[in-house]
Amino acid sequence: MPIIYIDNKPYEVGKDKNLLEACLSLGFNLPYFCWHPALGSVGACRQCAIKLFKDGNDSKGKLVMSCMEPVSENKRISIDDPEAKEFRENVIEWLMINHPHDCAVCDEGGSCHLQDMTVMAGHTYRKYKFKKRTYRNQYLGPFINHEMNRCIQCYRCVRFYKDYAGGKDLDVFAANNHLYFGRQSDGVLESEFSGNLVEVCPTGVFTDKTLKEHYTRKWDLSMAPSICHHCSLGCNITVGERYGSIRSVTNRYNGEINGYFLCDRGRFGYESVNSSKRIRKAIIPGNEKNMPGETDHHTALSAVGDLIKKSNKLIGIGSPRASLESNFALRMLVGDENFYSGVAAYEHFLIKAIIEILKQGGLKIPSLSEIEKADAVLILGEDVTNTAPMLALALRQSVRMQPSLEAAEMKIPAWQDDAVREVVQDNTGPLFIASSYSTRLDDIATRTYLGYSDDVARFGFAVSHYINSKAPEVKGLTNEEQELAREVATTLKNAKNPLIISGTGAGRKAVLKAAGNVVKALSMEGKTPGAYMCIPECNSMGMAMMGSKSVEQAFIDVKSNKADALIVLENDLYRRASEKDVDEFLSGFKNIIALDHYTHRTTEKAGYILPAGSFAESDGTLISSEGRAQRFFEVYYPGEEITQSWNWLLNLMKAAGNEKANSLNTVDDFTALLEKTLSQFKGIVGAAPGHEFRIKGQKIPRKTQRYSGLTANLANISVSEPMPPDDPDSPFSFSSEGYRGVLPSSAIPFFWAPGWNSVQSVNKYQEEVGGPLDGGDPGIRILKNGQQTEAAFSADIPDAFHMYSSKWFIVPMHHIFGSEELSMLAPAIAERAPEPYLALNAQDAEKLSAPEGSFMQINIDGVIQNKLKLIINNGIKPGTVGIPLGLPGMKWISLPGWGGGEP
Amino acid sequence: MRERPLTKNIDLDRGPLSLKEYEQAGGYSALRKALKDIAPGDITTLVQQSDLKGRGGAGFNTGLKWSFVPKVDDGKGHRYIIANADEMEPGTFKDRLLLEGDPHLMLEGMIIAAYAIGADVGYVFLRWAYKSAAQIIGKAIAEAEQAGYLGKNILGSGFNLHMHLHTGVGRYMCGEETALLNSLEGKRATPRAKPPFPQVSGLFGRPTIVNNVETFCCIPHIVNNGAGWFKSLSLTDDGGTKIYGVSGKVKKPGLWELPMGVTLRELIYDHAGGMQEGTRFKGALPGGASTDFMVEEHLDVKMDFAGVEAAGSRLGTGTVVVLDDKTCPVGFVHNLQHFFAQESCGFCTPCREGLPWVEKILMSIENGNGSEEDIELLHMHTHFLGPGKTFCALAPGAMEPLQSALKYFKEDFAKHINEKKCPWR
Repeated sequence: MPIIYIDNKPYEVGKDKNLLEACLSLGFNLPYFCWHPALGSVGACRQCAIKLFKDGNDSKGKLVMSCMEPVSENKRISIDDPEAKEFRENVIEWLMINHPHDCAVCDEGGSCHLQDMTVMAGHTYRKYKFKKRTYRNQYLGPFINHEMNRCIQCYRCVRFYKDYAGGKDLDVFAANNHLYFGRQSDGVLESEFSGNLVEVCPTGVFTDKTLKEHYTRKWDLSMAPSICHHCSLGCNITVGERYGSIRSVTNRYNGEINGYFLCDRGRFGYESVNSSKRIRKAIIPGNEKNMPGETDHHTALSAVGDLIKKSNKLIGIGSPRASLESNFALRMLVGDENFYSGVAAYEHFLIKAIIEILKQGGLKIPSLSEIEKADAVLILGEDVTNTAPMLALALRQSVRMQPSLEAAEMKIPAWQDDAVREVVQDNTGPLFIASSYSTRLDDIATRTYLGYSDDVARFGFAVSHYINSKAPEVKGLTNEEQELAREVATTLKNAKNPLIISGTGAGRKAVLKAAGNVVKALSMEGKTPGAYMCIPECNSMGMAMMGSKSVEQAFIDVKSNKADALIVLENDLYRRASEKDVDEFLSGFKNIIALDHYTHRTTEKAGYILPAGSFAESDGTLISSEGRAQRFFEVYYPGEEITQSWNWLLNLMKAAGNEKANSLNTVDDFTALLEKTLSQFKGIVGAAPGHEFRIKGQKIPRKTQRYSGLTANLANISVSEPMPPDDPDSPFSFSSEGYRGVLPSSAIPFFWAPGWNSVQSVNKYQEEVGGPLDGGDPGIRILKNGQQTEAAFSADIPDAFHMYSSKWFIVPMHHIFGSEELSMLAPAIAERAPEPYLALNAQDAEKLSAPEGSFMQINIDGVIQNKLKLIINNGIKPGTVGIPLGLPGMKWISLPGWGGGEP
Repeated sequence: MRERPLTKNIDLDRGPLSLKEYEQAGGYSALRKALKDIAPGDITTLVQQSDLKGRGGAGFNTGLKWSFVPKVDDGKGHRYIIANADEMEPGTFKDRLLLEGDPHLMLEGMIIAAYAIGADVGYVFLRWAYKSAAQIIGKAIAEAEQAGYLGKNILGSGFNLHMHLHTGVGRYMCGEETALLNSLEGKRATPRAKPPFPQVSGLFGRPTIVNNVETFCCIPHIVNNGAGWFKSLSLTDDGGTKIYGVSGKVKKPGLWELPMGVTLRELIYDHAGGMQEGTRFKGALPGGASTDFMVEEHLDVKMDFAGVEAAGSRLGTGTVVVLDDKTCPVGFVHNLQHFFAQESCGFCTPCREGLPWVEKILMSIENGNGSEEDIELLHMHTHFLGPGKTFCALAPGAMEPLQSALKYFKEDFAKHINEKKCPWR
């Protein structure tokens, strides 16, 4: 580790860093704009100027930009040099020439990097006496607000959007002091990662439009660390609340998962919590005296408690979108034999197959940050941009791995972004995608293979055979298919860190088996391939690991063994099975209890509805697709009517006289008991500090020390300041009082440091800038690989696809905005979702003489879905029909499958 | 009769020589000689020994620049030779003469240079407004291809070079070689950080040499006549002849190929015929708009790279812009700053924001609204828009005429402020 001298004092610094990174990592406050730890340096803003001296005798030195100078042994620099300070102050002055004086009405105010850097650089009074430049702003869709007048032209937005995230519709236009950052014309930003502009932009050009709807300054938010509930990746988020509604979700840095970024579903899906469909009071059936209707918590509890006590047999259906603790509480309440995971049967078997693959030896399950470093990737049958968006963003980085080796050979430091990109040019890869419809990642793919359903699996099997000939051979492939499979095999074999991605997205077990064979073949060749399997929901992995039965199993079991009561936990069964089956199942119960936070078709069928806390009002543990246990925390206290699911269930157990419940009180008790009961969950207790955790005897405050109007907030009710609610389940307080200092990485409610009010203050929480959070990134990996490497290959190679002229092959198409249940309750997300549609290849549409935009219907196993708008999509093969998965208003259909369609 | 190797074939009334005529005048003999007798590395050495310094303005030893191109071709793609013919420096029109007057001379120089560095693709990056030059160069490239001087297996040597003409869109920024490369790649014309230098990672990330038109025109003569001969053309240590120009209120503005190192006085009074009647010499920008003023006391300075630098300015392009006593120096500099502010690419803060501010301040002073504070602000800008502080040399270049005007014409600025008007209006 080299030693450098900063203002004549020696410091040990990281070898491959630039001086800005080195200074920030040492804790110096050196202002910057265009540099970003994930985007590297370009030297545009000139804000991070320091003095560089030739040697100890050089007293004059020269100004350099610290972000553009590499660290080297004995380098001597000065941050405090008067000329450097004056220059930095002047840079702010230049930036302020055209920056409006609108902090008071700017959404960025109070969490603005430009404000912070202005104060840091010491510029106060403006000498500029001429007119300011003004721009026209653009409509950019429901997520992002545009206010170009505030722009300081740091280029971060386009560097993130275009260079990092592969977006094509945001750019910089014009020149000199008329630079314009926006779209070619008004319109919705296309990228699935556009929300990151809000955090990447150092000032208020790009701000969160959903926050604007219910604006609150950062300092007035109650915040808690949480985990995104909108897919299986487990991205870390910070959720902010005020006056009982969630105002925003921002990135919570986790160096191993989401780093500095989030996808738009994860960032803007939070408004489900504020939805008008929320269940805020319990509902119980009426009696002679009362009509059915809303009732208070205690009445509901005793009514449901009585019901449970009286019922002969109680069935419990859990949920992959609920925490381990809530599911486990339900399992305790109804008994193991009566508990079902709430997952559809097909999905249940697919995830079981995935766990089998992941548990085998000779592979590793990479984190997203490790995926960024994969140097050869094969995706089998998964549309990752839509099923696991941040994985797609990681892959967009991985395809630069091999091409950027050349830059490294030329001794260009990895942080020198423009120079590296110059060498890399448009070279990407290797990334191979085999899928049944073209995906958003095709633009960076080396080669793609578009195949019918099981042909994708056959292709994967062929690749595994060409990697290792012990893997079974696939008969009947075309020469082209063989050649491509050979190319993929050779490339994976030659890579240092090959990676296989698959998942439940294609809905085919054969695809997963093929992926498993590729992984096995590679490990038999002495490689340790990465394997990442996408699964649908935030706790799908947790539920699969719990090993419970599927929803369909419940349907079957109650037919032979009648039960009189059903309790459904945070689950809409109509999203799991066909309408007919669910109707039949539900009609078999005398009493149905639904425990959820919003109304849906299943709660409508329930006589008893208990208002559960959403993710923002709950504590719990989720297992991500990576097998990482992570804890999310209650953001705010929703009042006594709404209670966390596990807590309802605990109280029901107590009300029903279940003795096992007597020793249980907090969420931690359930986590601990689950770990003790089911050995596969060993370690989950360590995911985050428990409720008894204190630092210097203090809790961790959810509110900032600047929270305003503490005594005035409830003055319309009472002038005396109320006691903040107690939180018995976490180490956090519902106030601005408590310990401020270094926190455990999994228990950071918000990023803030003196002088650093914006999210860029995360620098102060990391071991080194861009590195892990102090003490290591949050989460505990509990899915462990096995030891055996000589695994048996699967020989279940499916037959080649056969087309029928009488029917269509129907594939599910995933949508980042639309396919996920909860985020669709957020108006901004719903606005971005497609209308129910049916996608056909142009050839097929012509054969049917159906024009684009006409309405079609489809019939699968007797389920008729009509009013599907025809769209032409040449990314699907002739003979195939694509229909969107999981859109509200569409019927549940088992996909992929065969069906008939007509105009 | 002094030697005029660069312009000996030029007769603007007659028009440029055709390929055949150029050959008859001895053209392409240097290329034949190079391909037949001289190893590529030896050409680089020869050019280095000739003390040829880049004629675009920076004055870096051309052969030394070539020597930074990796000797061994990694075989992973092209190498490029590029002529910077994007002549947009205000007051500068020397390359236009060469482009319109003797296109094959530049092409021959480029082909030899390509051979020296192993380039297989060449571009002439031509200023948008040079319409006739575009026609002339286009025709010359076609002729050279026809005659086998360009294309595959040139003159049976096994050496290939494909030449393209690219016309810009009129951006001063493209005169900066890395911005030129970005523009040629279809990107925004913003400069690149160095290192890596274009010799290593240039066009499309491949080894690239960009030289000025006049620089290339020297190459055939150096190959034919040797380094010693080239050095002997000069009156000073910088080799060769130089195309000097003079504009402003002189009797005979124009261009002349002269031995490197003639004095400013000779240029203005002998070649340009002295000042027009009723005007007096007040100062001059020696090498285009982005150089410091020279004044009366500098008239006997030798106009080579070292000489002009010692006088506190730069030789630049060697084309002198004369300021006379009937022209307001503040207005003169304001005009220049207007140009630079407009041509800033907008990439780095000091240039993008500083230049328009400077322009506005000068306008304000010129309109009689200036103050002492404004002068302080101008001084601040000349310091903080100086070399090393901005991303490229555009803003430092813009500050050169301003800082020297503040120094030499201090009283004129003061008069504007005190009289609250422009004394020349």
